[in-house]
Amino acid sequence: MPARSRELPWFAGAILVTLVLTAVFAPYLAPQSPTEGDITQKLIPPVWMERGEGRHPLGTDRFGRDVLSRVIYGSRISLVVSLLAIGLSGTFGTALGLISGYRGGFTDSLLMRFADIGLSLPTILIAVVLVAVSEPSFRNVILVISLLLWPRFARQIRGETLGIKEQDFVALAVVAGRSSTWIICRHIFPNVVPTLLVISTLQVGYVILLEGTLSFLGVGVPPPNPAWGLMIADGRGFLATAWWITLFPGLAMLLTVLAVNLMGDWLRDHLDPKLRQLGSRAEAEPAIEPVPEARPRGAAAGADGG
Amino acid sequence: MIEAVGLKKYFPVSTGFAIGPSASVKALDGVSMKVGAGETLGIVGESGSGKTTLAKIILLLERPTAGSLRFDGKEVTAFTRDDLARYRRSVQAVFQDPYSSLNPRMRVEHIVSEPLPRDGGLSRAEKSDRVREVLQLVGLRRDSAGLYPHEFSGGQRQRIAIARALVTYPKFIVLDEPVSALDVSIRAQILNLLKGLQEKLGLAYVIISHDLAAARYLATRLAVMYAGKLVETGECDAVYAEPLHPYTEALLSAALPLHPSARRQRIVLRGEVPNPVKPPAGCRFHPRCPKAMERCETEEPAAREIKPGRVTACHLY
Amino acid sequence: MAAAPLLVVEDLKTHFFTRRGVTKAVDGVSFTLHAGETLALVGESGCGKSVTCLSLVRLVPEPAGRIVGGRILFEGEDLLTKSPGEMRRVRGKKIAMVLQDPMTSLNPALTIGTQVSEVVRLHQGLRGSALRERVLGALGRLRISAADTRLGQYPHQFSGGMRQRVSSAIGLSCEPRLLIADEPTTSLDVTIQAQYLDLLKEVQAAAGVAIILVTHDFGIVAAIADRVAVMYAGRIVETGTTLEVFSNPSHPYTRALLRCLPDVGLGRQQLVEIGGQPPDLARLPAGCPFAPRCPERQSICEEQSPPTVSVGSGHLAECWAAKAAGTRA
Repeated sequence: MPARSRELPWFAGAILVTLVLTAVFAPYLAPQSPTEGDITQKLIPPVWMERGEGRHPLGTDRFGRDVLSRVIYGSRISLVVSLLAIGLSGTFGTALGLISGYRGGFTDSLLMRFADIGLSLPTILIAVVLVAVSEPSFRNVILVISLLLWPRFARQIRGETLGIKEQDFVALAVVAGRSSTWIICRHIFPNVVPTLLVISTLQVGYVILLEGTLSFLGVGVPPPNPAWGLMIADGRGFLATAWWITLFPGLAMLLTVLAVNLMGDWLRDHLDPKLRQLGSRAEAEPAIEPVPEARPRGAAAGADGG
Repeated sequence: MIEAVGLKKYFPVSTGFAIGPSASVKALDGVSMKVGAGETLGIVGESGSGKTTLAKIILLLERPTAGSLRFDGKEVTAFTRDDLARYRRSVQAVFQDPYSSLNPRMRVEHIVSEPLPRDGGLSRAEKSDRVREVLQLVGLRRDSAGLYPHEFSGGQRQRIAIARALVTYPKFIVLDEPVSALDVSIRAQILNLLKGLQEKLGLAYVIISHDLAAARYLATRLAVMYAGKLVETGECDAVYAEPLHPYTEALLSAALPLHPSARRQRIVLRGEVPNPVKPPAGCRFHPRCPKAMERCETEEPAAREIKPGRVTACHLY
Repeated sequence: MAAAPLLVVEDLKTHFFTRRGVTKAVDGVSFTLHAGETLALVGESGCGKSVTCLSLVRLVPEPAGRIVGGRILFEGEDLLTKSPGEMRRVRGKKIAMVLQDPMTSLNPALTIGTQVSEVVRLHQGLRGSALRERVLGALGRLRISAADTRLGQYPHQFSGGMRQRVSSAIGLSCEPRLLIADEPTTSLDVTIQAQYLDLLKEVQAAAGVAIILVTHDFGIVAAIADRVAVMYAGRIVETGTTLEVFSNPSHPYTRALLRCLPDVGLGRQQLVEIGGQPPDLARLPAGCPFAPRCPERQSICEEQSPPTVSVGSGHLAECWAAKAAGTRA
């Protein structure tokens, strides 16, 4: 109960809305080009410091590119990579999770071993292998992240499926002569959607960090794209003298991940009660009588009895 | 109409790391029964007696380990696709928990129409009419079809579950504890509804219950189960009037009558329901039986017809 | 029964404050209980019987729920004025509770022995062999055989009936004056229920403990209660000795409930059903809450709350149609 009374996290919501708006309107918001810089203007500090210039509110990097503009455009990359990677791995992972959970037996064991392998792949190893075999590209980033991500979806959805499979309405659908495909699509999938939403949100933060890591290692988004991870890597050599190159993309990443995770937690708390309601047995008499919210409404179709 | 002969269902239990022949739960161990058209068979027993497993086998949700199940004389394992489709239309079910048996994310219309075959030649409008017709039959309003399950109370949900079971004009419905999860003042509504529907539609029921009073209210014949076996069957009134098997006797005496003046000496059984992995040798009831004899510990009693229509498995007779 | 009553509850009100409004889960409940007596609180889900019990031990789930009025006099002292610390000493020591599901009331990670001795140590301050003796005695009284070997076992190694006995043993280990049993047999099988009820009666006779038994099963009421209080929508609508209430049910709700239950003795005789649904406690109708479902409803029932009428010695009914004692033909 106490979880339910939690308010919507306004702070996190505001950050996320700002992030999305920033990404969408980046060309209008950014004062400078994110990729082209004037080499004579390199390493200018933020505006409030000595030598700071109004044209570069957050300073410039070693190529004289405007840090603010790069941070703004960076939000696009984070957002697009997250959406695509989560879309891809979510679809794949959910499908496998549903099949694995519903079929059980050998199929289940096989698929879950694959998921275990996926979960135990070390990110660094993947990154090193990737460097060896290909050039960094957007497509590769998304594929690698999806490869690391799908087992998380598959495992959670499988777990959820196992619970829903035990519900009587699934047995009754079998008694009604329905196929497994129908049962998975009409009965199980709609009931895992809230979970799916929660996991997806919670993974956004992970994806952004992962993309940052890959970019930092030089196997992610190819330069000169203004990915936050790349910017941090770029500024690494100047931490003592030009800390702003690293700090601002780092802050952007921190705030985004924090906001997304807060939102995910909130979603979990608020979507779960519906799921729990689904699972709750209608005891002849609950040990503690339900608070009215949990009571079934009777008025709507009031035709019980005569 | 439905006939089971020697049904057995063993569930393997994993014994951890041990290798070798694993143990099994003998949920059902040689049960034979028959239900004719328009008849109601009450199956009573306590938890672990195998009554729910029996229901699952009849509903083809579980495959028996051994034994045969026949529908209109035809073996279910020999079913063709058409036979199976016909079976699915003819045999429906209502379960105990009206919360778990309705998908919270489906509208009543789709819940109720689910058993209708997709290629059954019914148009969308005809299906929708049929759904509204059965909703009315179970005492709900026709426009309930557009609502979601959470908009109904427990009793109304159970009515929706019954409507779904009726939509294909079945001949036979398995009722697994149909009123146990409902409020006492609602139980009578549902029991009367089930009884009325049976009279109106000529349905056959199997009612599975631990509630002897509810079973008696609907059943014409009674089957008492204990630890995976049928211990007694017979006409309902005859069994209640004169239970033959000591377990039936104890079970009936444990049911509490509704008046303090009817307080009587109960036969209180010792001990617990046996472990289904290692049921006792001989008669499974002997460790708890007040009338156990030496023979009961070693020799398993066979079911015999003691009197016309009265079958029991006990060495007393 | 010349002695002062063990428990007097006067006009107890426990309300739940939610976004949908105020739910009057318990709304003016009064009853008395003497030592060694068994009172059954009977009614449907949501009638307030469980909340009444939780209120007695001040365990109403806060902050949504609050006891907003009334008095609970236990051994002459008002429990509602006690501090949380004092309440903790009352609970477990003088008032014990047994809940419906013995699986959730026992901690699965601790042995039975630990769980029983914890309570005894806490309330009786016993140590060492005296403690062990007391624990074994408590288990033995509930006929838990081979108690000394079972002390080291965990709850999952016990059957449902055994677990319920263990949690009753915990409840009774400190020799409380009052045992509150909330649907203690609902999760048990019929034959196990019979065992448990017999045992409860036996223990009660030996220890002189008073029992408040919450149930929805009139069969259980008929079998073991001395007195019965029928609850509906947060109020006791009828109360009296069990024999009186069953022989001469004076509230239409009690009458309807008794008629709508299938009785093993009666077979296929047609049941008289109660129409409608139990009411929504946040939106109670004016007048008598049972009026919308009542077959004997008059116009006054929908306007004014019914009076409490004494229909016999110690037999009260809250109904406009109830006939006062003496005027009955």
